[in-house]
Amino acid sequence: MPPKPKVPGLLKGMGVTFGEMTKTIWPGEGAKRFLQPPSPAKGAATVQYPHEKEAPPPRARGVIALKEDNCTVCMLCARSCPDWCIYIEGHKEKAPPRRPGGKERTVSALDRFDIDYALCMYCGICVEVCPFEALFWSPEFEYSEPRIADLLHDKERLGEWMETVPDFEAYEAGSAAKVKKVPR
Amino acid sequence: MSASILGIELAYWQETLLRSLGILAVVLLPAGTFVYLFLFKMVSFMQSRLGPMEAGPFGSMQLLAEVGKFLQKEDIVPERADRKLFKLAPYLVVSTVLLVYLAVPFGPQMTFVTNFNGGIFYVLAVSSISALGVLLAGWSSANKYSLIGGLRAAGQLIAYELPMVLAVIGVVIQAGTLNMSGIVSAQANGSIFGFDGLGNPYFFTQIIGFAIFMIAVQAELGQTPFDMPIAESELVTGYITEYSGLRFLLFFIGEFASAGAFAAVAATLFLGGWAVPSAWADLDSAIFNLLGPLIMLTKMMILGGLIFFIRFTFPRFREDQLQRLAWTVLIPISLANILVTTILKVAF
Repeated sequence: MPPKPKVPGLLKGMGVTFGEMTKTIWPGEGAKRFLQPPSPAKGAATVQYPHEKEAPPPRARGVIALKEDNCTVCMLCARSCPDWCIYIEGHKEKAPPRRPGGKERTVSALDRFDIDYALCMYCGICVEVCPFEALFWSPEFEYSEPRIADLLHDKERLGEWMETVPDFEAYEAGSAAKVKKVPR
Repeated sequence: MSASILGIELAYWQETLLRSLGILAVVLLPAGTFVYLFLFKMVSFMQSRLGPMEAGPFGSMQLLAEVGKFLQKEDIVPERADRKLFKLAPYLVVSTVLLVYLAVPFGPQMTFVTNFNGGIFYVLAVSSISALGVLLAGWSSANKYSLIGGLRAAGQLIAYELPMVLAVIGVVIQAGTLNMSGIVSAQANGSIFGFDGLGNPYFFTQIIGFAIFMIAVQAELGQTPFDMPIAESELVTGYITEYSGLRFLLFFIGEFASAGAFAAVAATLFLGGWAVPSAWADLDSAIFNLLGPLIMLTKMMILGGLIFFIRFTFPRFREDQLQRLAWTVLIPISLANILVTTILKVAF
């Protein structure tokens, strides 16, 4: 049994592609747009990236920023990382007691906190798992390097990304959870 | 392209040189225009994007950049491949395109072979040599994808060769000649029910033949919806899989140059070729040796646009659907078309 000819459907399909083409070349509505000079740069849904840039959405997973003061060298992020791309080294330091006459405290100091973005797969588990609000997502994405070794960001570089972290957006009305604040 | 077009007598070698340059221009110019205008730009606009914009104004030099890129690449021959056949195949595909253009007239004297009596027969015969090139490429690559792609291509080319030839026969019956210049002048001098203001382009009287011819061309070129031989989601790129560098470029040129060649043949058979209706102008005047190629190019662009418009609109046929369309739909319709054309030709 030969297939039935589906000519009206085929013509409709060609109409769709032709319509999209005219909509791109002459953006706008109505028949008047054909009188204007063609301006596909306006009609296209894309932007010409290096010349013009679109702001990434605020929750985009561009790069991970580190708030060094909040880090306690607990290693949760390094251990939960599926790629093992976080390298942490730290040491214990003696700190003066909180109250006079108290016992001397022991605090952890961060020596090294590197994320190797050549390995990172942007899963965000480290950001999720951090109990001390030391890791944040930033939407910045333009940090490609000609040398792959330069993709290893140390704690100074990760700290610089903190400035680009946007404030958390408000939850929808009625949400019980309190909106967290980004430490500045 | 006779020596006396411009009233200058040329030596034989000069004329041969001119012809060689002419056929290169005739093959590469439409192919390049097709690629830039349709493959780069038209499809981009259909997908709401801009396409190449960086190389030259509006990306018009992109094709040169692509050619430069391919020329730099290494020409790899697989270890187990049949080296001679593997290297020969792309040249075979490209040379068939050059041969097709030989019989197509571009003006009253602008033909490569003047007064070619078996013209359209020769075109159809030569164009099917490319099936051999494709089959060679598929077989000699020593690669399963290439082999399957080559076999699919051979099956498809053979299946669609038949409706194409049968569609042409309608035109030949109506024109009463196999000579392509004769077909052009038959259309230019013809009349529709006594009205000769438009001549008689066979697009009107052979509309069914035209539709079948264009569908068959689409399949011969392996353009979507008939791109089963290079179905990239299942066969990598079919018979081209193992090719790189210059030889890949030759297949690429072959694909779009033969799109141009078939557009030229279709324009000659159905749209009146290089001529305008003879009621408009004196077609024998020398000016048509210059105007003719331009008119021809315009018609080729319209038909090429149609080919790529269809290519970028429809999804791919399955292999069995593709064969079924050729053998159970197109061939019976084209046979009926021949029958009706013959009856009408005898009756009037």
